[in-house]
Amino acid sequence: MLPRPFSIYKADPLTGELVLLIEIKGRGTALLAGSSPADKIELLGPLGSGFPTPPAGSLLVAGGAGIAPLVFLASSTEVPQTLLYCARTAGLFACPRRDLDMPGLSIVEATDDGSRGEKGTAAAVLSRRIEGAGAVFACGPRPMLAAVKEICRQAGVKAWLSLEERMACGIGACVGCVVATTGGYKRVCRDGPVFPAEEVILK
Amino acid sequence: MSEQGQPLEVSLAVDLCGIKLDNPILAASGPFGYGHEYRELTGFKDLGGIIVKGVSLEPWEGNPPPRVAETASGMLNAVGLQNPGLKSFLEDHLPSLRGAGPRLLVNLVGCTVEEYAGVAAGLEGAEGIDGLELNISCPNVKAGGIAFGTDPQATGRVVSAVRQETKLPLLVKLSPNVTDIGAIARAAEEAGADGISLINTISGMIIDTAQKKPLLGNAFGGLSGPAIMPVALKMVWQVAEAVKIPVLGMGGIVSAGDTLQFIMAGARAVALGTGLFYEPDLPSQLKAGLLEYMDKEGLRTLSEIEGVARGPKKF
Repeated sequence: MLPRPFSIYKADPLTGELVLLIEIKGRGTALLAGSSPADKIELLGPLGSGFPTPPAGSLLVAGGAGIAPLVFLASSTEVPQTLLYCARTAGLFACPRRDLDMPGLSIVEATDDGSRGEKGTAAAVLSRRIEGAGAVFACGPRPMLAAVKEICRQAGVKAWLSLEERMACGIGACVGCVVATTGGYKRVCRDGPVFPAEEVILK
Repeated sequence: MSEQGQPLEVSLAVDLCGIKLDNPILAASGPFGYGHEYRELTGFKDLGGIIVKGVSLEPWEGNPPPRVAETASGMLNAVGLQNPGLKSFLEDHLPSLRGAGPRLLVNLVGCTVEEYAGVAAGLEGAEGIDGLELNISCPNVKAGGIAFGTDPQATGRVVSAVRQETKLPLLVKLSPNVTDIGAIARAAEEAGADGISLINTISGMIIDTAQKKPLLGNAFGGLSGPAIMPVALKMVWQVAEAVKIPVLGMGGIVSAGDTLQFIMAGARAVALGTGLFYEPDLPSQLKAGLLEYMDKEGLRTLSEIEGVARGPKKF
């Protein structure tokens, strides 16, 4: 089978522990989720370019399983930042609260249906807080990212988006995972997955 | 031991229509890009040759995403021959590939006979190119590509035109999406091809049932990977029967055993595509597997088993 792309959720250089947060979506993720502690899994990485370090007052916007790279990002700094952890409904909060207990990080939870935290979409929750934000860092479904991009453009706040796309080689050779940008098609695996919001064209 | 009592060396080297390969394993055109990324990851040392991604006269943007999707024992792609064009290839890619080790073949694409000929003319004399592969079989571009590869007369026209522009060894890459692949191969041979490479991907599609529409941005794509190997193998066999020029076989190879099957069907050498996605280190594994087989069978060269499954040649 083809390898599957994942964001890094946690990485500890001291213990050598790497944690991925995997949403079971198909055969590959089901196989990974069903693997046992003694199983050998091939891993190629880290690949591509990640988020820059967030300035103080940044908003990290997570949609569903898009939480994974934002938890890793939040752990890279202790400056004050706010994580907007959004999902369609309460059952989709995969990330344990203890993993979000980090110096400087405040958490706002929200659901589209109001079943947990604030009621509202990621876009609505972001709109309420965008004024004065240091920068925005987002990962989630494509429509959510398109909305985040537009809100940030209107507010004049710099935003960085981590994109998902179906991949094959993962290293930039096959140009299978491109996204349309102001500079033509770019490779999500190598030129991204993180792009400045103003660069990508999201439909 | 030879008759003179000297030990004879076991060698994986093959001559693919004048291109001297250290071993019969090539990177197929497309998945490997221009080689830079795989060079960083695994190096080139285990590859006999590299066929770089299709080069057109002018840059091509390629198809809208999504461009790839996994399928049962394989994958679909509809990249659409995105490439930076002839000028950028010569200036930005070729220089770093010169002397990299493996023989370098350039895959040529175009929408018209003139465009194909123009790319060949532009590459002629460029240092570091060991051969050309004429792509008349890409299922992912609307104009040209496969349109030439599904008709013997059109195949003859484009091969003749390119033949006039180049002295390099010229392979012609055929599409499996045809009724009689032997007829296409013969047309290419008669028009001056030095070798045939096959197969390109098999046309296919996948539907996203949640969205109720085709998953790929281009709707249709090309199927590759182990799923297509039996089809590829049969076509390599048929083409090896139909022509006298060497055959470069490809289609779903993921093991030394697969490689041996292609050679026994009549291929001189093989190329890897999707298999490199599964295992970037595949070339070294295949080399080791082939050497182990040769040792076990007492072979000194792979030519001893080329086409062996077909029995004696008909001509």
